[in-house]
Amino acid sequence: MIAIIDYGMGNLHSVLNALRHLGIEGQISSDLEVLARADSLILPGVGAFPDAMNQLNRTGLTKVILDLTKAGKPMLGICLGMQLLFSESLEFGRTPGLNLIPGTVRPIEAPDLKIPHIGWNSLTLLQKDDPLVQGLEDGDYVYFVHSFRADTALDYVVAQTVYGEEIPALVKAGNLPVWGAQFHPEKSHTAGLKILAQFAAQRKVDAV
Amino acid sequence: MLAKRIIPCLDVKDGRVVKGVNFVDLKDAGDIVDNAKYYNDQGADEVCFLDITATHEGRKTFAREVERAATELFVPLTVGGGIGSVEDVRTMLLAGADKVSINSAAVARPGLISEASEKFGSQCIVLAIDAKRVGTKPDGKGLFHVFVHGGRIDTGIDAVKWAKEAQERGAGEILLTSMDADGTKEGFDLDLTAQVCAICSIPVIASGGAGKMEDFYNVFSVGADAGLAASLFHYRQMEILQLKQYLQSKGVPIRCRN
Repeated sequence: MIAIIDYGMGNLHSVLNALRHLGIEGQISSDLEVLARADSLILPGVGAFPDAMNQLNRTGLTKVILDLTKAGKPMLGICLGMQLLFSESLEFGRTPGLNLIPGTVRPIEAPDLKIPHIGWNSLTLLQKDDPLVQGLEDGDYVYFVHSFRADTALDYVVAQTVYGEEIPALVKAGNLPVWGAQFHPEKSHTAGLKILAQFAAQRKVDAV
Repeated sequence: MLAKRIIPCLDVKDGRVVKGVNFVDLKDAGDIVDNAKYYNDQGADEVCFLDITATHEGRKTFAREVERAATELFVPLTVGGGIGSVEDVRTMLLAGADKVSINSAAVARPGLISEASEKFGSQCIVLAIDAKRVGTKPDGKGLFHVFVHGGRIDTGIDAVKWAKEAQERGAGEILLTSMDADGTKEGFDLDLTAQVCAICSIPVIASGGAGKMEDFYNVFSVGADAGLAASLFHYRQMEILQLKQYLQSKGVPIRCRN
C-alpha cells in the first residue's frame, strides 16, 4: 500500500486515481500509523512552499517523513512535494525545507518565456540506470505546471528538461530511495504512469 | 522544448456526451468515461468538457460525471460551461478538473477572474472568449467583438483587448473561439488568433474552424499554443495521432509517443 500524504495541499485524488488504474492500493492519509505501515509514501502538493512547510511542521508530519525516509522507506515527492525535499526555498522569502537533497528552490529564469511553465515538455535522462525511468527514452514528454525550480548538483538529477534554462525534472536523494518529480506523473499519460508503477515497485532499503 | 497541444472538446448535456454517435469502438457513445478513456488513449494532450446543460440539476450531474471521467484520464482536464462563481470553480476542481474555463460570467463581472485565480492559482483559470468579426481596423486587421450567451449577444467589447485584460486580472490561459470560423472546417481564424497571441503572454488555445491537418500547422505558426476541435475528432474525420505525426514532420514540437 502506498500512502498519499494528506496535509491539506492540492488535489490528492488524481494521484489516487492513477494508482488505482495501475492496480496499486493507495490510501490518502495523515495518520502516523498508516504512513508507518505503508510500503512507500507519496508527497504531493500544489500551492506555495511556505504554506506547505508550515502545514508539515504544524502537524508533526515533518518529523514523521524524515524518520521514515531516513529509515529507508521509499518516497516520491510530486511538484511542490518535490521542491519540499530540498534544503530551502526562496518563494515568499527564505523557508527551510525537508533537506533530504541539498539545494535551493528559486524562480525559473526564462525572461522571454511564459511563466508558469505549463504544458508538456521533454525529458533528457541523465541517469538512465535509475529504476524509475526504465523504459523511458530521451525526448519523452511529461506534464509540468510550476513557476519555481530546484537548483541542485547534477549528481541528484535523474532527468532534466529545458525551459529557458535546464531544469531538474526528476531528482533522487543520493542513497535514500527518495525521488522528486517536478512534473505530474499522474497527468503525464504513459510516461508518467510508468514512473509511478516503477516507484510503486520500490521497497524499503536498509538504513544508510 | 514545450510541445504544442492538441485538445479534443466534448459537449456534455445532462451528464451525457452529445454527438457521440460515430464512435464504433465505444461501448456507450454518450458515456463521459468511455469518451475520456478513448481520447486518453488516442494521444490527446488535454481533454476539454463543455457543459451545455441549462438546468441546475443538469449541472450537478455534470460535476458527478466529471468526477467519474477523472478516474480514467491521465492527461489534464479542462471543464467549462455555466461557471458563474468561485464556488462553481471549486466544485469542478474538487471533481477532478485541472483547469476551469469561465466565459459569460467573467464578462458580466470581470472581478471573477481575479477572485478565482487568487484563490486557486492562475494555472487553473482559463478565460473563454467567443469572438466574431464586426469590422476592419484602420491597420487592415479585423475588429472582433466578444459575444456572450452562446454567441447571441454582442457585448461591444473588443475581443483582443478583453484577452489582455483577462491576463492582467490573472487568467492563466485564453480559450479563443472564432464564431465566424466555427463549423466551417475552413481553418482557424488566423487574423484573430495572431492578434490575441501578439498582445498576450499567456498561452492561447485556438478554437473553431479546424478541418485539415494544415490548419493546425497554420495556427501554431501564428503563435497559438494549442489547437482545439470538437466534431473533427468526434466524427473521426481526423485521427489525433496522425495529426501529430504530420505536425512533427513539419518541425512542430509535439508529443507523439503516447
